[in-house]
Amino acid sequence: MRLDPTPEDEAFREEIASWMRKHLSGRFAELKHRGGPGDEEAFPELRKEWERELAAGDWTCVGWPEAHGGRALSIEQQVIFHEEYARAGGPGRMGHIGEGLIGPALIKFGTAEQKQRFLPEIVAGREFWAQGYSEPNAGSDLANVQTRCWQEADGSWRVQGQKIWTSLAHESDWVFVLARCEPGSKGNKGLAFLLLPLDQPGIEIRPIRQMSGGSEFNEVFFDGAVAQAEHIVGEPGDGWKVAMGLLEVERGVSTLGQQMHFAYELDLIIAAAKRNGRASDPAIRTRIADAWTGLRVMRYNALRMLAPSENGAELGLKREALIYKYYWSNWHRDLGKLAMDVLGAEGDIVTDDPAIRPLQQMFFFSRADTIYAGTNEIQLNLIAERGLGMPREPRPAN
Amino acid sequence: MSFAFTEDQVLIRESAENFLGDASRSDAVRAAMETTLGYDESLWQRLAGELGWCATAIAEEYDGLGLGPVELVLIQEQAGRRLLCAPFFSTVCMAATAVQQLGGHVAQARFLPQIAAGELRMSLPMLGTSAQWDAAAAAVHAHPQGDDWVLDGGVALLPDAAGADWFLVCATLSAGGRGLFAVPAAAAGVKLTSRQTWDATRQFADVQLSGVHDAVRIDTADSLADGLPRCAALMRLYLAAEQLGAAQQCLDLTVEYAGGRKQFGRVIAGFQAVKHRCAEMMVKIEALRSAVYGAAALAVSEDGDSAALAMECAAIKALASDTFYSCAQEAIQLHGGVGFTWEYDPQLYFKRAQASSHWFGSADALRGAVADRLLG
Repeated sequence: MRLDPTPEDEAFREEIASWMRKHLSGRFAELKHRGGPGDEEAFPELRKEWERELAAGDWTCVGWPEAHGGRALSIEQQVIFHEEYARAGGPGRMGHIGEGLIGPALIKFGTAEQKQRFLPEIVAGREFWAQGYSEPNAGSDLANVQTRCWQEADGSWRVQGQKIWTSLAHESDWVFVLARCEPGSKGNKGLAFLLLPLDQPGIEIRPIRQMSGGSEFNEVFFDGAVAQAEHIVGEPGDGWKVAMGLLEVERGVSTLGQQMHFAYELDLIIAAAKRNGRASDPAIRTRIADAWTGLRVMRYNALRMLAPSENGAELGLKREALIYKYYWSNWHRDLGKLAMDVLGAEGDIVTDDPAIRPLQQMFFFSRADTIYAGTNEIQLNLIAERGLGMPREPRPAN
Repeated sequence: MSFAFTEDQVLIRESAENFLGDASRSDAVRAAMETTLGYDESLWQRLAGELGWCATAIAEEYDGLGLGPVELVLIQEQAGRRLLCAPFFSTVCMAATAVQQLGGHVAQARFLPQIAAGELRMSLPMLGTSAQWDAAAAAVHAHPQGDDWVLDGGVALLPDAAGADWFLVCATLSAGGRGLFAVPAAAAGVKLTSRQTWDATRQFADVQLSGVHDAVRIDTADSLADGLPRCAALMRLYLAAEQLGAAQQCLDLTVEYAGGRKQFGRVIAGFQAVKHRCAEMMVKIEALRSAVYGAAALAVSEDGDSAALAMECAAIKALASDTFYSCAQEAIQLHGGVGFTWEYDPQLYFKRAQASSHWFGSADALRGAVADRLLG
């Protein structure tokens, strides 16, 4: 058990830091610390250009195998990349759904043609993806998919239904969708995993205005939308397996980068507290100390998560992995409240001040942290059932 | 960088887990609590002698195993889980750490090999904040007499004092400044008054020193001031590991009980109100575990920044105190009526949780120290 970096690690760290200093400048400078959850609407076009800038430096898809255009970086190196990227203020990645979700899923489940068609575009930062899982009646109960699909005589697929909470659909080129291909099937059986271009007559995108005012999520309506015959991943009926496999491949490496951004947010709070004198309020001081402690916890927890497991347990069953989402989302929500309490009455004044606006956005947006990707309540069920072996919630028979 | 334990470290943990799972069961702990010594002498002899645990973190040049904080943390976690009654914490985690971090070479050569061999028991008070160190030093005066030092004053709340061979005492020097002294328990002028504690799994006594001649000064030049941040950090880390293990046991006892207890025709472990509270305990415990292991790794990393380590271990001790207390009170609540009885174990953990929350500084004081570093 060692925390000391090797000389190679140090050199790699410096390589990324210096690349970021050189490239996240000039016209890209205004992207520093922008984008990401809660700020996804910031500079979408420029951020797409930034993806191509990253691609030109070979800094997209760094964990992918070399055969698919990646750099095959080790887990440790990926951690370093994400940390240095975030430390430099690297903007929220427009390409993260492609790079982190659908790309790895295609590498694992896709056909040779699918890989050839889609992976290079993701690596190059030329095509952007949206995720179509959630539905109005399939939230926590994700397998309750109502969106239907069927195959036409020419082999192409048609999709009918509605998806919701689709991040950045209006800025994306493609969407992957979980739809029911076997009429009458229930739950996680009878689903297909389809890839559709968003720019087509059968698809309508309507923004959802969030409590923080912005609209980074959408409803996506499918009315006979077309997926080409060759754009189903896995066999019809295997959709759930592909979708779940895709969640598993998300190794959690990028969480170290997320934490760097959290640290930046805490720095903004500390600066605000020093500016307005609340840094001398004992109750605020205690809460800031707690927030800092939480950052240390999350860093060590992530490193523990990424270490090889002693007993060969799957990542998803490691205790530190089970608790991670619940821990960071609740910590971050508390951080939002702390930020607003530090700002005091000024926190309620709408402003574009870069020292204040991000904290206000974080306060509102972090209310979603404990809801998306498994609500607090679902997380606690999972922890109790998988982590502690307590009885499972009753589920209706399929 | 790697966060995985080595094979040897896993072996040490498993050996501690197996040994204490057998030797420090609830009935053994309850029997030890009733003794004047506060622990079972034969159990101490086994872990100090046969098992060699005392040598773990002592350097090889002093006949130790030359291992370090990671290994000691793993043992401490198991000791906490079983509420081990033994002078292991006072002698090995506290005194040996103090001698190593605060003492000069002569003192290290004199005391560490004996501690490593399990032949010497040493106790010192569980001081936390610098104000507590100041108050402790102010309560004892040391003046030179020939080659000797003569000590007068009182030392409060020494853990496992009843069986200790030596006490470590911080004293104000007649010429100004302070020094750290080892005082033989058997010396003339040493009077021990035991203090009955609600948490009887770790017992305390006050010591009165009246013209004690046989004290040995163990610090040299600036070693006390220089060594204190790292010394305090390691002691807090070892205590946090103990609190972590104890919190884990609170959860394990609760999950086991809830899995067997039936109400309304089904086990209460199936009720979401119970499941979610157990899950929240697990979240807190795993968060603490990550922090404790991480700080142990930081303590052995090469950058050696003792101020950073001190800040981190202060934060972790605060987290450990809160986590342990929270899990102990949940264990009582989720056990229902029997959780309130003497017969069931949650009360033992609850008492240790409250007592330990004040050792080496309260959570509030420690968070205050962390805030001072962050905010000035």
